Amino acid sequence: MADLDELYQSIILDHNRRPRNYGEPATSNHHASGRNPLCGDEVTVWLTVENDVIADVHFVGQGCAISKASSSLMTEAVRGRTTADALAMFDRVHDLLTGKLDPMVERKSLGQIAALGGVSRFPVRVKCASLGWHAFRNALLDEGGAS
Amino acid sequence: MTSLAPRSDFPLLASAPALHYLDSAATAQKPQAVLDALAHFYTHDNANPHRGAYALSARATERYHDARATIATFIGATDADCTLFVRGTTEAMNLVAYGWGEANVRAGDALVVTAMDHHASFVTFQQLARRTGAELRIVELTDDGRLDLASLASVLDARVKLVSVPHVSNALGTINPVADIVAMAHAVGAVVVCDGAQAVPHLRVDVEALGVDFYAFSGHKLGGPMGIGVLWGRRALLERMSPWQFGGDMIDVVGDQQTTFNTLPHRFEAGTPNAADAVGLAAACDYLGAIGMDRVRSHEVALTTTMMRSLQALDGIRIFGPLDVDSRSGVVSFAFDDVHAHDLATILDEHGVCVRAGHHCAQPLMRRLGIAATARASVWVHSTAADVAALVTALQHAKTVFADGALR
Repeated sequence: MADLDELYQSIILDHNRRPRNYGEPATSNHHASGRNPLCGDEVTVWLTVENDVIADVHFVGQGCAISKASSSLMTEAVRGRTTADALAMFDRVHDLLTGKLDPMVERKSLGQIAALGGVSRFPVRVKCASLGWHAFRNALLDEGGAS
Repeated sequence: MTSLAPRSDFPLLASAPALHYLDSAATAQKPQAVLDALAHFYTHDNANPHRGAYALSARATERYHDARATIATFIGATDADCTLFVRGTTEAMNLVAYGWGEANVRAGDALVVTAMDHHASFVTFQQLARRTGAELRIVELTDDGRLDLASLASVLDARVKLVSVPHVSNALGTINPVADIVAMAHAVGAVVVCDGAQAVPHLRVDVEALGVDFYAFSGHKLGGPMGIGVLWGRRALLERMSPWQFGGDMIDVVGDQQTTFNTLPHRFEAGTPNAADAVGLAAACDYLGAIGMDRVRSHEVALTTTMMRSLQALDGIRIFGPLDVDSRSGVVSFAFDDVHAHDLATILDEHGVCVRAGHHCAQPLMRRLGIAATARASVWVHSTAADVAALVTALQHAKTVFADGALR
C-alpha cells in the first residue's frame, strides 16, 4: 500500500478538495479543452498570455482526484512563467509521470509538482494526471481539443 | 456462502488466490473446460470448415455445426440455422442495422432505443436513423433505474419500425420485462432487437419465449473466447435480409456480374468461420448448462443480496438501479462518498479487488444519472462472500484515504 500513499499524498488530496484557480475567468486570450473518452474525464483551461508571459490561468474539470489535483497544481506551476519556460515544465512533468524523472532527486526544482511523482507507479492513471497539462499546452499553442 | 463453481475450475483465478475478480460483467474468466475445448480443436480437429474434401475438414465442419446446435439449444432456439456467429454483440447489432435496417427503414420512420442501451446498440441505431433520415426516439427511465413503460408507450406508433432493448442493463443491472415490451412493440408492427450480453451468462434465456425478433450476445461474457458471439433472428426476417458482408462461404453461384447467396446461416458468415471459438463458446454453454442456469441465478441473487446489504451499510454509498434484487442481475453500480470511481478502482486494485470504473459504454444513461462515472462490481459463478467482504474492506480503506487527507 506504500505506492498508494505515494499516489494520494496530502498535497494531491488538498488540491482535489480545494482546487486552485478553479472556474471560468471573465477574460482570457487562449483556451482549450481536453477529454479522455475512455473514462469521461474533461478539463478546460483558460490562459491570459501577455508579452510571452502566462499572466493568468484557470481551469474547470470533471474527473478523478488525480486529474483535478494535477490540473490545479498545473495552474500554480505555470502562472508567471514565460511560454518557453512553461513548455519546458510540460516536458518535465511528462517525464515525471512516466517515471523518467525521480521526484526525490528533483524535489527542489519541481516544487509541489513533485507530488505527482507517485503516479508513475500506476500506468493506468498517467492519462488522468496529464489531461490538464495537455489542455494547458494546447491552449498555449492554440491547438484546440486534447485527449 | 461458498462459490457455486470451484475456483479451481478457472486457471487464472486458481493461480491468483488473492485476486477478487468482481468484473465478470466486463468479461468472464475462462473455465478450464473452455481452454481445453480450444486446445482440443486446434490439436485434433483443425482444418478449414466447408472446404476440404478430406476427413479432417469434414470433422472441423462437424465440430462447427455441433457448436452451433449446442449454443442454439442453450438459448432456447429450435432452429439452429437462425443462430448466426458474429464477433460479439456489437457486430450483431451492426448486422441488424445493415442487414435489416437499410432495407426496411426509410425517411419518416422512427427507431426506438432506451436510455439504458449500451453504445453497441444505441450508437448503431442512432447512426442508422441518421443514414436513413428516420427519427430516433428514446425510452426514459424511472427514478429507480427501470424502463419507464409509460415512456415506451408514448413513443410507440405506426411509424416505429424497430425497438432496441437490453435484456439486462450492463450499467444498472436492471432486468427488463422483455416479453411485455415485445407485446407493446409488436402491437404497432415494430421489430424488437434485444441485447442479451448481460443476460445469457446469468439467467435462463429462451429467445422464443421472450418473443423477440433478434437476440444478440457475446461469448466472452459467459466464459467463452473473445471474438465470438451470436445473433439469433427469426427465420422469416433473416431469409428476407441481404448479406452485409461478402466473400467466401456465403455464396451460391458467382457469375461475372452477379452472385446468388448461400442459405442460412452461411449467407451471414462470410469468410473462413471462427470455428475454434465457436467450439469454445459451446464448451462454455455446456459448462454453465452442467451447473444449471437456475442455480447460477440463485447463487447470484444470494450474493447480490449480500453485496447490496454490505454496501448499504457504508456511509455515503449511492447504489444505482432497482434495490429489489429480484429485478436486477449481479451487477451493482455505485458511487461512494464523492470519491471518483477511478480513484476507487485504483485503491480497490491495491486490495486485489477488480471492479469497473467509468461510463460503462452508456453515456446517455450517465447523463441522466447526472454522474460522469460509477464503480461497478459484478459477480458470477465463482464469486463468493469473501470477494464481497474484500470489496467492503477496500471501500472502507478508500474512505480513510480521502477522509483525513493527511497520510504523510
